[in-house]
Amino acid sequence: MNIHIPDQRGKFGTFGGRFVPELLIPALEELEQAYEEAINDPVFTKEREDYLTDYVGRTTPLYDAKGLTKAYGGAHIYLKREDLNHTGAHKINNALGQGLLAKRMGKTKIVAETGAGQHGVATATVCALLGLQCTVFMGEVDMKRQQQNVFRMELLGAKVVSVTNGSGTLKDAVNEALRYWVKHVEHVHYMIGSVVGPHPFPKIVRDFQSVIGEETREQIIEKTGALPHAIVACVGGGSNAMGMFYPFIQDKQVKMYGVEAGGSGIQTGKHAAALSTGTVGILHGMMTYLLQDERGQITETASISAGLDYPGIGPEHSYLQSIDRISYPSVTDEEALEAFHVLAKTEGILPALESAHAIAYAKNIAQTMDKNETIVICLSGRGDKDVPQIQANDRE
Amino acid sequence: MKSIQHCFEEKINQNKQLFVPYIMAGDGGMDRLEEDLLFLERCGASAIEVGIPFSDPVADGPTIQAAGIRSLEAGTTLDQVFTQLKKSKHKRKIPIILMIYVNVVYVYGIEAFVQSCKESGVQGVIIPDVPFEEEDLVTPALKQGGVEWIRLVALTSSKERINQLTKEAEGFIYAVSDTGTTGVRTEQHKDLYPFLQSVQAASSVPVLVGFGISTGDHVRALRPYCDGVIVGSAIVEWLHEKKYEDIQSLIQATFPT
Repeated sequence: MNIHIPDQRGKFGTFGGRFVPELLIPALEELEQAYEEAINDPVFTKEREDYLTDYVGRTTPLYDAKGLTKAYGGAHIYLKREDLNHTGAHKINNALGQGLLAKRMGKTKIVAETGAGQHGVATATVCALLGLQCTVFMGEVDMKRQQQNVFRMELLGAKVVSVTNGSGTLKDAVNEALRYWVKHVEHVHYMIGSVVGPHPFPKIVRDFQSVIGEETREQIIEKTGALPHAIVACVGGGSNAMGMFYPFIQDKQVKMYGVEAGGSGIQTGKHAAALSTGTVGILHGMMTYLLQDERGQITETASISAGLDYPGIGPEHSYLQSIDRISYPSVTDEEALEAFHVLAKTEGILPALESAHAIAYAKNIAQTMDKNETIVICLSGRGDKDVPQIQANDRE
Repeated sequence: MKSIQHCFEEKINQNKQLFVPYIMAGDGGMDRLEEDLLFLERCGASAIEVGIPFSDPVADGPTIQAAGIRSLEAGTTLDQVFTQLKKSKHKRKIPIILMIYVNVVYVYGIEAFVQSCKESGVQGVIIPDVPFEEEDLVTPALKQGGVEWIRLVALTSSKERINQLTKEAEGFIYAVSDTGTTGVRTEQHKDLYPFLQSVQAASSVPVLVGFGISTGDHVRALRPYCDGVIVGSAIVEWLHEKKYEDIQSLIQATFPT
């Protein structure tokens, strides 16, 4: 890998770390050690790569989106088609890696949280594949807006537990998954779904997602003979973005944008833009930017996209913002919905509402760029799961 | 002011088991805080753990989560708790220990937090989401302000880890009696007694057991294996339901027989 962060304590600059109850420390130490051994074991790497190829369907294409390029009228746009992965999103890259790791560690049970349900579906899929028992915590609000994914998880043999605490969204699902893990820590692996949580999770998830950026780098050079001028990805916890950005971090000429959920608009206070508007704090085991009040209570977030509806952000993103390497703008629900429709009409692709945030922001920068310049958008997932919500929204 | 360890050792020397109740500050209204503290002291508590509500208490089970929500909904802030504790500072004779999640401390400001602890007579601090690895975020300021840092050890802690955590421990060791979150349990974990024996052997400060203790039988059964108990969820529930006599009789289980 090209840069050596986090350090041994799991710190990305001052961000990250391991702020968890003592009960979890041995499990995190065990995980860290098992992970280091696994990635240095050619047998593990080969097994993972074989599954990525034959089961997930990688390499995913880097698609020359001529229709979208024309519609936006500026820089040349390419889409990294993570939506074409088995289960329809990038989440499977991480779930597969962690599933193989859990199995190697002798764990028989998996617990996970999910927001939009994409990580839950990926987790349930990998558990079915590898013969692991699966429990997924999901906020009750998210269960309502992503009913189809709940049923998909159940079809795959997972137990989905509704979380009624707090705002009933991703943050609360993480809390419950952590509580469950603390209770059953001896036999259970916590398959966290994003580059968040205590060390070593942000590093593990980033590494398993880096396949996105590694492939993109080779593909764009092959297609255009050069690195892209800009890369855009959506960020909730930030795993597709981190996986896409990481292999390009040393390439200073490549501008990168992590697009946060602006909800009803930053000025309304109803959004999930932790990096644009938050302050530093500690939640879910990590020091990072958070949406919180002046007394350190975590505030409720809002986004049309369940997968971005989270008050924190991966600590590595906080770090990359702090050193001015990556910009973190936001787009509103309305802009994301518009981008959803544009991509559907110009390319025949329904993007996930999460990914639609990246597409929406790409419009802003494409129009300021030259036609010879290139933008890569990480199309992190497909939008089939969002169709009922879009339908309801369009009726309003 | 006598140190927590000193206060506790006086009780141990009287052949008394230590009893530390936990209450959620602001549950039932901030005005109740002083009243509850003085009531628990009269009942024979050795010290009191005062919980500060947090929106995302991952170490807590349903009872304390619910109390925290009630408290936050009533508008409780850390500053209000400090103000109340300061007012009753000279009426209390037993140590007050804050149980608080790290984000609330961090956002308040660590130096300011220590200063407020000193002014309001808070002698010790427990932060359940700051393990040994992250201690240096808070311990330099606590040390400088003379506020004691209470460490937790868990059933999952290895022998080496127990030695590391008990070395240079302040106040007392909080031994977590089970996996999972806070809350009442009917059965003890099978590894509890050997675990407590190894913690006691390693520790030069008193060892108190918490998580899941709610009956006189629990308290009496633990007597040979520790210096005392911490009772949270049961006390929180009884205070909420105003069942004061249940609290009294539980504390009496710790008196010499």
